[in-house]
Amino acid sequence: MALIETRGMRKVFGRTVALDGIDLTVQEGRIVGLIGPNGAGKTTALNAILGLTPHEGSVRVLGLDPWAQRDRLMRDVCFVADVAILPRWMRVSQLLEYVAGVHPRFDRAKAESFLARTDVNLNRKVRELSKGMVTQLHLAVVMAIDARLLVLDEPTLGLDILYRKQFYDALLNDYFDRSRTILVTTHQVDEVQHVLTDVLFIHRGRIVFDHSMEEFESRYAEASVRPEQVGMARALRPMQEREVLGRSVFLFDGVERGKLAELGEVRTPSIADVFVAVVGGKAEQRAQGATR
Amino acid sequence: MTTEAGMESGPGPWSEARIGAAAVQPISWGQRYFWSVQRELWENRAIYVAPLALAGGIVVAYLIGARHRLHSLRAVARANIVIQSGDIASSYGLVSLLIMGVTLLVAVFYCLSALYGERRDRSILFWKSLPVSDWTAVLAKASIPILVVPLVTFATTVATHVVMAAIDTVTVKAGGLSLAQFWSNLSLFQMWGGLLYHLITVHAFWYAPLFGWLLLSSAWARRLPILWAILPPAAIAIVEKIAFNTSYFADMLRDRLGGPVGTDSSGTLSMAGMSMGGPLEYLTNPGLWIGLALTAVFLAGAVRLRKMRGAL
Repeated sequence: MALIETRGMRKVFGRTVALDGIDLTVQEGRIVGLIGPNGAGKTTALNAILGLTPHEGSVRVLGLDPWAQRDRLMRDVCFVADVAILPRWMRVSQLLEYVAGVHPRFDRAKAESFLARTDVNLNRKVRELSKGMVTQLHLAVVMAIDARLLVLDEPTLGLDILYRKQFYDALLNDYFDRSRTILVTTHQVDEVQHVLTDVLFIHRGRIVFDHSMEEFESRYAEASVRPEQVGMARALRPMQEREVLGRSVFLFDGVERGKLAELGEVRTPSIADVFVAVVGGKAEQRAQGATR
Repeated sequence: MTTEAGMESGPGPWSEARIGAAAVQPISWGQRYFWSVQRELWENRAIYVAPLALAGGIVVAYLIGARHRLHSLRAVARANIVIQSGDIASSYGLVSLLIMGVTLLVAVFYCLSALYGERRDRSILFWKSLPVSDWTAVLAKASIPILVVPLVTFATTVATHVVMAAIDTVTVKAGGLSLAQFWSNLSLFQMWGGLLYHLITVHAFWYAPLFGWLLLSSAWARRLPILWAILPPAAIAIVEKIAFNTSYFADMLRDRLGGPVGTDSSGTLSMAGMSMGGPLEYLTNPGLWIGLALTAVFLAGAVRLRKMRGAL
């Protein structure tokens, strides 16, 4: 069943079109990355999906209308905006007590056992914790909620690299299973690449790319080509060519890996590189269209 | 990739745990409301700390003053004059007024920050990630000035009076005066009854639209909610004065703040100056019902704004 289904989701702020008709389907059990630059509409899309902003078009999450039924939806959906939103005046114990008081699917004992593995003391206030500890606290709360959908909006923004890695490791090892679904936005693309099952590119309020990681890996390949074979590589119509340390690196879409292996070293490209090639290509097409 | 291998092999142990966990205890609206009020009290400790601190100060001052009162009581005893009930009662009444003044201020500043602070510190994103509706959150916040603060005021005043009466009992006995006479003059229960009536009729229901307005300003403002609370009503009053040379709006505000039309404003610092009359007179005052209707409108507006507006 589709957990999230949007049709023609649109949002306009004044004269700025933040979402320009987004059709999106997220199936249960997937880890979907919504990738895009700042201002592409990532957070607006998530806000519409979570019922935090009114929008045009239809949006169903777990069969509910998020804008009308946000409180009902939040029984089955967990949401972490960037990590700095836990109330700073609150004691850790109060936070757990409050969530246990209002959330039917929160398991306080589980949250406490997660926290026991960290340096977070239950008597401390959130403002007294370091950024890394606040993240661990938020993660402990989220992982103790038996939710069907977890939405993460730049969850590791402002964290140092050690905690960023820990965050995703904990998410995969302790949280994810087949019946849960995760939707994550980030512009630290490289750190989520190995985590995702699906990848979406959002650019100027539109979804410009929507593939599973299997498709991504079989379709896109990057070859580091020796200088004498550059001509042959160009003949295969690469999406992108760039110079890295004196070697030409080509990005191919839908070219057999066997063929590429003759040219040089072949590997799966990073999502970031494909993003640049796809979105950059769109920008070029638009520019050509304008000159015509 | 390990996750994908896991996905091939079908539901793992987690899924079975989830089936067990599927029988979740439903949480009633009352529970969500209770915890929402509790959360406000955790965040805004001034709601009870301020009146308690004041009460503590009053008791200390009253203890220090006991020496002085003992002297005058002895003089009274020597002169064989009967103590006037008003002499004692007035200091008890003054204490009620002081505590009420402080809690009213606390309630006003609470309302101004209640729906503004959570947007400014971005914690609104956390609150909205939980299954609590905007209605529940706003009702919990409105309950603080309308329900919790009057209750705290009453409890603190009664406790302070009890301690003062204990101090007075010792003083009166030491002064050699009749305790029976002192206690019969004090009439604490009558005073507390009057206080409770005043708190319910004035602080809770007559002032409800004021608190509703402050909450609405707090939900609306992108900065300085206090200006949004004060300037629009002031502007309406001034424009009315200039355009029509009338002051209906200003009069209405004055009646709301100082009690309804028809009460004599003798200007004395006593609760009688703001009496709402008997229950029948109070309940048949259209101002009460118009005010409550306005409260509902203001709160509905605050709910709408909380739903629409995100973090600042």
